[in-house]
Formats: sequence, structure tokens, C-alpha cells
Amino acid sequence: MRIRVDPDKCQGHGRCYGLAPELFDIDDYGLSTVVGDGSVPAALEEKARLAVANCPEFAIEEVPASP
Amino acid sequence: MGTSTAPVSSWASDFDVMAPEYVADPFSIWDELRSACPVAHTDRRGSTWLPTRYADVTAMAHDVEHFSSLEVAVIPFEGEAPDEPLLPYGLPPISSDPPLHTWTRRLLLPWFSHRRVATYEAMTRALCRGLIDGFAAQGRADAAADYAQQIPVRVIAHILGVSPDLADTFTGWVRDVLEFADDPERRARGVQGLLNYFIAEVALRRDEPGEDLLSELLRTEVDGAPMEESLVLGSAALVLIAGVDTTWSAIGSSLWHLAAHPDDRARLVADPALMDLAVEELLRAYSPVTMARVVTTDVEFEGCPMKAGDRILMNFPAANRDPEVFDRADTVVLDRAHNRHVAFGSGIHRCAGSNLARMELRVALEEWLAHIPEFHLDGDDEVTWAGGQVRGPRRLPVVFP
Repeated sequence: MRIRVDPDKCQGHGRCYGLAPELFDIDDYGLSTVVGDGSVPAALEEKARLAVANCPEFAIEEVPASP
Repeated sequence: MGTSTAPVSSWASDFDVMAPEYVADPFSIWDELRSACPVAHTDRRGSTWLPTRYADVTAMAHDVEHFSSLEVAVIPFEGEAPDEPLLPYGLPPISSDPPLHTWTRRLLLPWFSHRRVATYEAMTRALCRGLIDGFAAQGRADAAADYAQQIPVRVIAHILGVSPDLADTFTGWVRDVLEFADDPERRARGVQGLLNYFIAEVALRRDEPGEDLLSELLRTEVDGAPMEESLVLGSAALVLIAGVDTTWSAIGSSLWHLAAHPDDRARLVADPALMDLAVEELLRAYSPVTMARVVTTDVEFEGCPMKAGDRILMNFPAANRDPEVFDRADTVVLDRAHNRHVAFGSGIHRCAGSNLARMELRVALEEWLAHIPEFHLDGDDEVTWAGGQVRGPRRLPVVFP
């Protein structure tokens, strides 16, 4: 599983970081980016799905696997 | 523009957010409106629209071109605002649109970042414990006035670098501005009190700058010149106004819920790991804050003919109860896993202090439950609520025998 944050949509609510600090970095303005290339270790997939489902700006999405 | 106190004839076409029945139970009114007339209208206090669906509220929050933040007060200032000459830009960034919004917001955000907020947690926790120590032995307390109301104002005073001894005075001014906004004299008194105070504090810091937010704003240069004093005053006043009874209301509503719902209280005491999700759910169910917008040009929205100058009440609390988005929307589900609530707004005006508010709410509940795990309402009739811009309990008598 891979995730990404759309920088044009993120408004710094910080819900993703609160739910899954292992997967997101957050700057002084609240803006979120994925750690590394957004790859999610299997053990953190549930947390990643929670982050996606709680973003009020719909800014986080799962990146479809390459065919 | 009328400030009629006549009973509401129709919630769809004559709503009044200051009506006692709306303040007491807005939830059933929103439910009715969402199915019958999802964007309600009134001519009370000027032509004003009230969206109640999540999709509509968030769409309007993102459309800053048609819905401006130049007027954000739920009860509009009538005629000449007393602060007009002193605050030509109001309280930026909340009362501004880009581009002023963009840079004034960037000045405030680092003070409320995750990292910075973590450094305020220890003093918040000590403050909560001290308050609880003051009434724990009595077996009863007013959880709103003796606890919730006392917390955010002192944390904000710490951040602004002003005296916590003035907490009661600050609280009085903020209530005059927000809670008693329907009384023009009282509101003017609050605005003037706040401004005079910050004018004096700015003068002090020009002589002796510190490491506080106010000093930092005074050091800020914009295009090579110091930031205008009216902007410094507006931003400082905003931090105090926006950071006080909003969070206090969230703490109060959450304690009210736990006092009135023993199962949820017991569950949270038994499983403190639930706290983070519970905080979000309590914010969703009892979102305190409604903001306003002003329509910039005539526009049709969901079939409603909106005119330039009309006002919109950004009903984030109702959006958060929309059954289209939230399963069992009117039920508090402490471990709700899917919760895209917009208690802190949506779009570019997302509450700049949301990290701080969350920390304060979590710590206030953790400390209360750690020391007073069993408590209940001391007679339902004695709870009083304030509404309008910010909804929350103002008297919340609880007993813990």
C-alpha cells in the first residue's frame, strides 16, 4: 500500500499526523507530507486507512498499485 | 435590519440563532431543515442564509471568491463599529481574504504547531490539577465556571505573554464580544477593553521586547517596513478572542456529555486509550463554533438567490450532524473511526489554534477523569447554555459524592 497527500488540498488539520505519526511529517504551518515515498508497512495499513478516512479535506489518498 | 425578538414563525424562512429554543436544542431544528429546506433564510439582523448540510457548508467554505470573510461575526456589528478607526482590517487572518489572510495566518501558525503545542502541555496539566484540587473535596462543582472556563484563557495568556492574573477580566471581555453580542453597549465595552489593554501592552513591548507572540508580531517586517500596529493589535485580539470561549465551550460540552451519559463516562475511564478518538467525536457532536461569511456578488447557491451583502452562517456544527456523512449522526460514538468532522472549519480558514484546542480538551478531560471518575449532573434544569457564535454550557453543576 502507498499513500500520498495532495498539497493543494491539505489545510493543516493534522488529523493524519495525530492518527499515524509514523506515516506523516508535519511542518510548522501544519502542512502534511508522507514519510519517505509513502509506502506503508503492512502493520500500519489499518492506520493509513484511518488517516485517509479522517481527513476533512479529502487530501489523502491511496496510490493505486502500478499495473 | 431588525433584531426582532418575536417568536420564530418558520425555521426555514425566519430562523433566529439566538432564539432560546435554538440555543437549547439546535440539533432537532437542523435535522428538520436538512430534509425540508437545507439552506434556510432569515431577514433578522439582515438577509442571512443558514446551510445545514455538510456538502453545502464545506463547499461554501472553499469558495472564498463568493463568500468572503470580511464579516465573520454571527451577530453583525450595526452601524459604526466602535473599533473601526483602530482596526481597519478587523482581526486578521480570520476577518480577511487572501492575500492579507495568507501572510498574517503564516505569522500565527507556528505558535500553534504540533511541536509548539506540546511545550504547553505540562503547564496546562498543572493548571487543570490545581483547579480540581480547589473543589475536589467539596463533592460538587460548576464544571463550566470553575473548570472549563478557567483553562484556555490562562494558556492563551501564557502564549501571548500577558498576565494570567487578568484571566477573569479577559474572560469578561471575550464574553461581551461573543456571548452578549446582541447587546451593542456590552459588546462595545468588550471590544474597547480588549483594545485598550493590547494598545498598552504593545507600548510596553516596544520598550522591552520578550519572546512572546505579541513581541514577535512587533518584530515582524512586511516588505521592509514594520507590520502595521493595527494588524498587530487585530491579530493579538484574535488569539485571545478565538482561543478562549471556543475551547472552554468544547471542554464544557464534553463534560456535560460525560455527566449525562454514564456509559460513555465509564467506558472512557476504563479505556483511556480511547481518548484521542473520543476527543474528535465530542468535537464533532458538540462543535462550538459558527462563523459568518458575506456574499461578494449575486450568486445562486443550491437554488437560493443570494445577493451581494447577504450573510452566511457557516454552520459547521450542523454539517457535523449530517446523516449523509456520519452514520448515527446524532449519537456520540466514542470510538467513531471515520470522522471527517469540520469542527475547526474547512478550507483556508481552518482554525489556526486547532492543535492547541485539541490538546487542552484532551488534557482537561484526562485530568478530570483521573481525579473525578464518577460524576453526574446536579439536576438537569440548572444547566445553562450560551449560543450564537459559540455554543457551550455556562453553568454546569455536577456532583461527585
